Amino acid sequence: MKSNGRSFLAGLVVGIPYAWLVAFFLAPFLIVLKISLSQTAMAQPPYVPVLDLAAGWHGIARFFAGLSLDNYVFLGSDPLYVLSYVKSIEIAAFSTLLLLVISYPVSYAMTRVPRRLQPALVLLIILPFWTSLLIRIYAWMNILQHDGPLNRLLLAFDLVREPPVWLSTNTAVYIGMVYSYLPFMVLPLYATLEKLDETLLEAAADLGCPRWKTFWLVTLPLSVPGVVAGALLCFIPLVGEFVIPDLLGGSRTAMIGQAIWTEFFANKDWPTAAAVAVVLVCLLVTPIVIFQHQTMRTAEGDS
Amino acid sequence: MRKLSAFNLAALCVGIAFLYLPIVILVVYSFNASRLVAVWGGWSTSWYAALADDAPLLSAAFISLRVAVVSASAATLLGTLAAVALTRFGRFRGRLLFASMIYAPLVMPEVITGLSMLLLFVAVSVDRGFWTVVVGHTTMAMCFVAVIVQSRLVDFDVSLEEAAMDLGASPAQTFIAVTLPLILPAITASWMLAFALSLDDLVIASFTTGPGATTLPIRIYSEVRLGVSPEMNAVCSLMIAVVGVAVIAASLLTKLGAARGVQARVQASGV
Repeated sequence: MKSNGRSFLAGLVVGIPYAWLVAFFLAPFLIVLKISLSQTAMAQPPYVPVLDLAAGWHGIARFFAGLSLDNYVFLGSDPLYVLSYVKSIEIAAFSTLLLLVISYPVSYAMTRVPRRLQPALVLLIILPFWTSLLIRIYAWMNILQHDGPLNRLLLAFDLVREPPVWLSTNTAVYIGMVYSYLPFMVLPLYATLEKLDETLLEAAADLGCPRWKTFWLVTLPLSVPGVVAGALLCFIPLVGEFVIPDLLGGSRTAMIGQAIWTEFFANKDWPTAAAVAVVLVCLLVTPIVIFQHQTMRTAEGDS
Repeated sequence: MRKLSAFNLAALCVGIAFLYLPIVILVVYSFNASRLVAVWGGWSTSWYAALADDAPLLSAAFISLRVAVVSASAATLLGTLAAVALTRFGRFRGRLLFASMIYAPLVMPEVITGLSMLLLFVAVSVDRGFWTVVVGHTTMAMCFVAVIVQSRLVDFDVSLEEAAMDLGASPAQTFIAVTLPLILPAITASWMLAFALSLDDLVIASFTTGPGATTLPIRIYSEVRLGVSPEMNAVCSLMIAVVGVAVIAASLLTKLGAARGVQARVQASGV
């Protein structure tokens, strides 16, 4: 009786969050998949077919007969969407590269600071991440506007003749992306570099290896796990980013996150929005699986 | 060997300046007396005073606060259970799917999470509003909570729990008397972070909201799309202040928790 009570309790501990995630993460996903195979309709909900369980087997059969791949065919044939995917991946990849180049020296420097100051630095890096992305991007709208601080600074130092246009350009999108995702790149890099065995560097120095060569042959290869983790943590959400390109980019930087948003809110074309989302998830599944594999391995390595 | 070169120091300073300067500029401009955002007209708090009369904005802020409190509490409960399940239950059936569902929302683009959640609510024909936003935020935040509490449970001395059970405590009693007090700081910190996440979220809220449940970020977004304005500078500065205080408190608590954990371990090994 007592052990029954125990296993019941244990069942609850696993079961409650499990059921929640199945209901509100997995099930919605399957619904997106289903709707992506449906057609738009002037009805509520605005798509057909709708699963009619009351009609029994007949209803289920009709439901499956109504599904089609038309939306995917439409996506593949419309250069606008194909271009949008390519553009999103391109922008996300280049941003990730920029992030890597900018974050590496910062993370490296963090490991050189006296140990007792390092936790404070980590906090300093994380802190901006917790303020709303919307607000941080808005702060950049302030800075980058036509007569904003950046242009006035450039004019004051005679660096430009005419104030350059920043807003609604790809440059602004890159600035916004690098700014918003910097903590996601710095922290994994720092975590790896911080664990680096100092004696390896000493050994290289003792054997007469110049500092840059030690960096190239020892530090960099050993920091690859951090680079991979940081790159994935940035790249995956960047591909589907909505707020940054919407507020800082122009109409020419139409990324896929914006396409989903517009199909949904402006065009009310739910099946197309769902199909766009499914294709995006398929594109991101490979990096997500790699990411998961990495996290699980680190989690098990730590315990 | 570990020395801070001039180049290291420069990288660090530039990095931190890059992170903080835009926020500082935003806050400074929120005190600008001039209506024109780009012209400095002296210090003034008039934009903050003007916020008090902006009824739609205040009601949006109130809704956001309510959503954040409810969803942070639910997310903390669910996330803590999930963390316990992941660290203390070994390899149960379906663990891989469970772990995947915890990690995937952390990196999934919010547009997709929001869209799929909305389509669920439509499919089961639930009226969208306050509670659907709460469910959306709870699901997103519980994964962050699970990861934070899990990391605390992983570097926790299991022999303390084993000792309690050897002395005849049931798993539930052990959890309440031993485990919970030790992970409480991590749980409190998670609650505050979940609160901040919910207060900040635009995308998931936009998809899951309905009539009468316009949250503060949705309201800000609709204003900000039209351009920069001094009122928005003031609202954003206030939000930065609220979230900043919550996060600093949370991180101090985690540190306190780590210190207390070490203390407990020292005491346990001393006996």
